Amino acid sequence: MDLILFLIFAIIAVVSAVNVVVQTHPISSAVSLIGVMGSLAVLYLLLGAEFIAAAQVIVYAGAVMVLFIFVILLLNAGAETKRGRSFMVQLLGVPLLIALLGLLAFFVERLFPRGVSVRFGGFTGGTAQSVGKALFTTYLLPFEVTSLLILIAILGAIVLARKELD
Amino acid sequence: MSEVPISWFLMLSAVIFALGVAGFLFRRNIITVFMSIELMLNGVNLSFVTFSYQLKQVNGHLFTFFVMVVAAAEAAVGLAIILTVFKNRSTLDIDDIDSMKN
Repeated sequence: MDLILFLIFAIIAVVSAVNVVVQTHPISSAVSLIGVMGSLAVLYLLLGAEFIAAAQVIVYAGAVMVLFIFVILLLNAGAETKRGRSFMVQLLGVPLLIALLGLLAFFVERLFPRGVSVRFGGFTGGTAQSVGKALFTTYLLPFEVTSLLILIAILGAIVLARKELD
Repeated sequence: MSEVPISWFLMLSAVIFALGVAGFLFRRNIITVFMSIELMLNGVNLSFVTFSYQLKQVNGHLFTFFVMVVAAAEAAVGLAIILTVFKNRSTLDIDDIDSMKN
């Protein structure tokens, strides 16, 4: 059952991720990206990360992607214009990408023996309670610094995107 | 067999990260490039949560949480920058935004 769920949502995630890259219209890419984030939320649940799964749906698939779609609609972004790529990109782009993926896969295979496997309920330390306890004790300083970061980001966004009044 | 090998999760995260790199390098629309960055962050988040499962510790979830918060802040500032760029140059094509090239 866990394996079937993993395979279904992993395939959805990979297909949507490919769709993000190959679609020429940004709104299609954005909707595919929501698909990636939703299926990743299910995989987080499978790994026992309840709080992170909820935050993924609310923060990523909700807030961030709505912001993206608003900007796409606001700028009326059309399909990307086709243009010839340089010779080096055509020659080396895909092979280098496959080399990167192969290298990552190689290290994963070497560093992680096949003994460990994931089943639903194998780790129950990802509840809102335990995440909150760690957040407000061990990670209190980073948490407070994060609030400062968000304040600066809000101010920066307002300053950058405001209309010139004079 | 109902259990999923832990390396499959990491492999999925590697695939999503590589696709994000591909989008970042091959696409020309600045918004799609920005979405590819989000795709890479999602791939890394999946590996954090997987490590958290493997080590039976909650720390990976906290890292993922901070990545999410920083990504939200980054999206707000980045999209404001995109709006400003579009206002000044009326284009979203990153090949046309080359004033620092010369």
